[in-house]
Amino acid sequence: MSQDSAELVNIKANPDVMEQVIPPERLSGGDMLLRALQDEGVDYIFGYPGGQALHIYDAIFRQQRIEHILVRHEQAATHMADGYARATGRTGVVVVTSGPGVTNTITGIATAYMDSIPMVVISGQVPNNQIGTDAFQETDMVGVSRPIVKHSFLIKSASEIPLAVKKAFHIAGTGRPGPVVIDIPKDMTDPNILYDYHYPESVNLRTYNPSLKGHPKQIKKAVNLLLQAKKPVLYAGGGVVQGNGSELLVALAKKLNCPVTNTLMGLGSYPATDKQFLGMLGMHGNYEANMAMHNSDLVFAIGARFDDRVTNAVDKFCPHATIVHLDIDPTSISKIIRADVPIVGLVDLVLTSILSRIDDAFTKGVTRPDMAPWWAEIQSWRDAHGLDTDTRLTDKTLTNILPQQVILSLYRATEGKAYVSSDVGQHQMFAAQYYKFDEPRKWINSGGLGTMGFGLPAAMGVKMAYPDAVVACVTGEGSFMMNIQELSTCLQYGIAVKVVCLNNQALGMVKQWQDMQYGARHAASTYANSLPDLVKVAETFGHIGIRVEALSELDTAMDEVFSEKNRNRLVILDVQVDRDEHVYPMAIKGGSMQDMILSRGEST
Amino acid sequence: MKRRMIAVLLENEAGALSRIVGLFAQRNYNIETLSVAPTEDEELSRLTITLTGDDAKIEQVTKHLNRLIEVVKVSDLTDGAHLERGIMLIKVRAQGAMRAEIKRSVEIFKGRIIDVTPRMYTIEFMGNADKFAAFIATLEKKHIVEVVRSGLAGISRGEKALGL
Repeated sequence: MSQDSAELVNIKANPDVMEQVIPPERLSGGDMLLRALQDEGVDYIFGYPGGQALHIYDAIFRQQRIEHILVRHEQAATHMADGYARATGRTGVVVVTSGPGVTNTITGIATAYMDSIPMVVISGQVPNNQIGTDAFQETDMVGVSRPIVKHSFLIKSASEIPLAVKKAFHIAGTGRPGPVVIDIPKDMTDPNILYDYHYPESVNLRTYNPSLKGHPKQIKKAVNLLLQAKKPVLYAGGGVVQGNGSELLVALAKKLNCPVTNTLMGLGSYPATDKQFLGMLGMHGNYEANMAMHNSDLVFAIGARFDDRVTNAVDKFCPHATIVHLDIDPTSISKIIRADVPIVGLVDLVLTSILSRIDDAFTKGVTRPDMAPWWAEIQSWRDAHGLDTDTRLTDKTLTNILPQQVILSLYRATEGKAYVSSDVGQHQMFAAQYYKFDEPRKWINSGGLGTMGFGLPAAMGVKMAYPDAVVACVTGEGSFMMNIQELSTCLQYGIAVKVVCLNNQALGMVKQWQDMQYGARHAASTYANSLPDLVKVAETFGHIGIRVEALSELDTAMDEVFSEKNRNRLVILDVQVDRDEHVYPMAIKGGSMQDMILSRGEST
Repeated sequence: MKRRMIAVLLENEAGALSRIVGLFAQRNYNIETLSVAPTEDEELSRLTITLTGDDAKIEQVTKHLNRLIEVVKVSDLTDGAHLERGIMLIKVRAQGAMRAEIKRSVEIFKGRIIDVTPRMYTIEFMGNADKFAAFIATLEKKHIVEVVRSGLAGISRGEKALGL
């Protein structure tokens, strides 16, 4: 007996509710899939049709509640869903067909996996009786995606579809979020075979119960260490953004009057304009952030995972510091750096508990070391080599546009309030360094996988979620061309993102490494003579393009991009920037966090 | 570096084993032996994995196994006293004087000859890798025709048990 009929029997036994009995709807597999997505509250599907997904697409067509956005390449669908998820915290949804449809999503799934982004990817598969026969457009999607998903399902019976959808969203969105694949053979969505539809209200997986509150003993230890530390640093990552812990992070920093640094993924989790903010840390992190880490006596890592782009040489990492590490994922703890105090739990619950224990300690009259000497030390680093000390950025006599100046201009024109997506490379680092994010979920970038081509579709996903928001994509001409076809999608759905292209006519970050480590031999990193005219590209796709070549024109052009007149238009701002600029500071390979190249020819 | 034996209870679902094997490949952990079979509960399979690693590595392996959705329980059997058994079937050339000599060795090592032809013995041993290696060392290479070893199955001693 199915669960549905069991409930019916119960209701029938009670004459008072007899009249309310509604027989379960009879739906096909395809319609059950769409109904389950509706019941899950999905508002957008990003996707691309194909043979084995056609039953699903027909079901999409025959319903009104979910809007489907047709991309031009499946990779972009995943990045759109990803951008949507990063900006909203809700799970992004992708539908694609089998074979090339799913293999094209792999980069996007891996991107979401590395950055712990909730996403559900639904893929058509060849009919069950053809699986394993090398059928047309057959790919073992569950196998191909296995190392880059949080979990995956291959539907073996259409009646499983509602429960699989429920499980997929539960797994994708809870604990450490991540992408989940549901692979559906075409015969499971056959419109002619109907089933009782029932969407489970909740799901209980006996093998999946993320630890939530943190161990009280470890929390107590962490609080004691925080109260005793003379040189504490809060090192906050993407987990604070994902775990909605920003306000609590600010509260903790304020209570302790201690400095905060963010990882690339954590930017926005602490207001960048606050004086306690040290900026980003790591390979291209701020001098003061890296120096503070290296000299600290207590590092409290919150939703961060000691990525190699942060730590530099692991054996030289923070030699004087006790490490307290809070993360929802036990595998992140003591993976790279041994945690002295590990805490497995949700950022918001654990920080709430830590804050209340600190309050208790203060009420009991516990005193702390004076933070003034630590702040004085930090100030000396800021004064010596902080980002603001680069006098070139305000030098009006220079004619070349420095890429940093473009970010500063963008920040000014958007009053620091835009959603900013980025691609990957130098422009990404400049955006991370110079756009001061005061709020979480506004900085949308591929941190872990470093996926070029992410920026435009991710910005589109953000714009779909928040149509009235200002959404800018900071990109380079290299990254931009990796998903440039989506300009057509933008026209179809009126997605008015603004593209700010830092055009240095080369693969800037590759070229920088070649300058620094390969005797300036620019192997396969230049293509200046074959680049398209991005203004014409914009126009041919039905959008607006503006080119800027002189510093004096930059602000005016930037203002035009974000003008009221262009509010509903996609505008590409092609800024011809200095071709030789490098990103600094830059960690010296094999060194500790305090070992940095500060500018051309200047090291710590 | 220590040799470890890890027991895993796993949902008996299609593709679950591939996630375990994939995890070891993906994270650069080497499996020495692996055995897997359904348990008395038809919804569950039990795996026994042996591998070598330092404490930090084994901790990561254990945590990553636990992170897989289909994994129900993970236990490091080498944390306490435990029993382990594997099986080795070995086919050897046994002719002339060798027939009696091999038979004596099999008795010493508590094996059993389970199939006989005029030129061959097929012998069964129960035990662990050390025992198997010791027996093989008694033979000259030219006498060994074929060796097949199962993965090890492990269980804790005493009252301790791995269950739901």
